[in-house]
Amino acid sequence: MLRLNDLHVHYGAVHALQGVELEVNQGEIVTLIGSNGAGKSTTLRAISGMLRPSRGTIDFEGKPIAGLAPHVVVGLGIAHSPEGRGVFANLTVEENLQVGAYTRSDKAGIAEDMKKVYGLFPRLEERRRQLAGTLSGGEQQMLAMGRALLARPRLLLLDEPSLGLAPQIVKVIFQIIRDINALGTTILLVEQNAHKALEVANRGYVIEVGKIVLADDAKVLAASDEVRKAYLGG
Amino acid sequence: MTKFLQTLMDGTAVGSLYALIALGYTMVYGILRFINFAHSDVFMLGAWFSYEVAKIMGWTGQDQSHPVWASAFVIVAVMVACGTLGFVIERGAYRPLRSAPRINVLITAIGVSLFLENSGQLPFLLGTQPQRMPTLMPEHALFAVAGVSVRAVDLLVIGISFALMALLEWIIYGTKLGLAMRAVSYDTKVAALMGIPVDRVISMTFVVGSALAAAAGFLYATKYPGINQPAHPTWVLLGLKAFVAAVVGGIGNLRGAMAGGLMIGLVELFGAAYLSPHLRDVYVFTLLILVLLFRPEGLLGKATIEKV
Ligand SMILES: Nc1ncnc2c1ncn2[C@@H]1O[C@H](COP(=O)(O)OP(=O)(O)OP(=O)(O)O)[C@@H](O)[C@H]1O
Ligand SMILES: [Mg+2]
Repeated sequence: MLRLNDLHVHYGAVHALQGVELEVNQGEIVTLIGSNGAGKSTTLRAISGMLRPSRGTIDFEGKPIAGLAPHVVVGLGIAHSPEGRGVFANLTVEENLQVGAYTRSDKAGIAEDMKKVYGLFPRLEERRRQLAGTLSGGEQQMLAMGRALLARPRLLLLDEPSLGLAPQIVKVIFQIIRDINALGTTILLVEQNAHKALEVANRGYVIEVGKIVLADDAKVLAASDEVRKAYLGG
Repeated sequence: MTKFLQTLMDGTAVGSLYALIALGYTMVYGILRFINFAHSDVFMLGAWFSYEVAKIMGWTGQDQSHPVWASAFVIVAVMVACGTLGFVIERGAYRPLRSAPRINVLITAIGVSLFLENSGQLPFLLGTQPQRMPTLMPEHALFAVAGVSVRAVDLLVIGISFALMALLEWIIYGTKLGLAMRAVSYDTKVAALMGIPVDRVISMTFVVGSALAAAAGFLYATKYPGINQPAHPTWVLLGLKAFVAAVVGGIGNLRGAMAGGLMIGLVELFGAAYLSPHLRDVYVFTLLILVLLFRPEGLLGKATIEKV
């Protein structure tokens, strides 16, 4: 479904991605783990068109998408829930969701997806007329994910959905990631919480200083010595 | 009582014109975080184009012999013309500087402003002479309240301004474009990520703001038919007061711009009527200083940390 080939990204003089190779198949949850500054967010930003790669290719469903504008990429079926959530604090919960559906014009479909999202996140429905800036961190994360779902993506990119949340909420978020996947959306999940991420994912990649250093089934990675030492605290 | 009502009516009329212009400053600031100095020139051109369009249509007399729809025709024409101009200014002058430091954009805006004023004075364009706006709206008194004669033109200036502000409210809070504008003004990057074509939304912001300034230009020329030449300092002063209105209301805040405009108009005219007519500008800028001292975020603005 998605394939990154020899992907390089520069921020000015910083060579953030140095030939990333990664593949996501239809229906999977794939996780990309790595320490701070390894290049996880950069990888997602390149896929969604926020950054233009300096070399390499990104293919989505057989079509090259590297360098396309973000609104074009969304239209093709990839939605990105960014690091730090990025909810619009000046808009209501419902308006945030409407922004997620911006590229669509099928009113009935949007209404249906809105219902689905409220089904996944009942708390958002209770707060639909509230400004998003007044939500708690966990609720904002739910909103960011719900908003991405309103694009009706076939591939969902999630950047650190568990960041800064209490363990109880983290559990809920990961359960919802499973639910979203079960409803048919493929997921590429970036996480620092490698333990949780490898638990929900089918496969995983480990990135270090802009290069993929390990790629395997999630269970294999979770059991491997290297990953346990570096990312699972023993 | 008569004096009070008269001043109230004039203050509301002038204030609603300030409000229309202030909306353009505040919308552009809300999205791009810079002051579009060329905005007062779009207002000036709104007044001038009104004169030119009326001339082209042959409605030149001061005798009110023109068709009743003449005003409607002229206002739509100048809104389209200035909306297009706003689009071109953003496209040609500001968009190439999208990732440049903000000071470059500010200096460019001053350049655009000077260009419009001075090229407008070229003999084959608008010229260096003031002109008189033909009388398109009925000027006779409709009725009198407590000795104040209310003219159709006064009601129309206020009515059209308020109608346009209501239309803008609807665009911003009731349409998909407005939703996109509010999203872009909060976070451009995430808005783009959600599939909003940010550049097109910014273009539309300039189109809408410029069209409102054009309408204000037409209404101004209708109420005060002596149109000064393009580079005359009154235009800059009027634009500056509208900008003050935007700041007083809370820059970036639409309702703030509307309230600020009305307030500035009322303060100016009540000051002129009851204190001294020579200090009109002083009242406006005193209000600005007071607001900046005691409520720097503006009356309806929220205290925010400047985004970088
Ligand atoms: N806007 C930027 N300008 C310059 N360098 C950047 C920028 N964004 C990221 N970098 C650099 O690129 C590298 C990869 O950053 P990235 O944000 O992708 O890391 P990450 O794996 O997502 O880290 P984290 O877990 O902290 O979110 C880092 O060295 C970072 O300093
Ligand atoms: Mg990151």
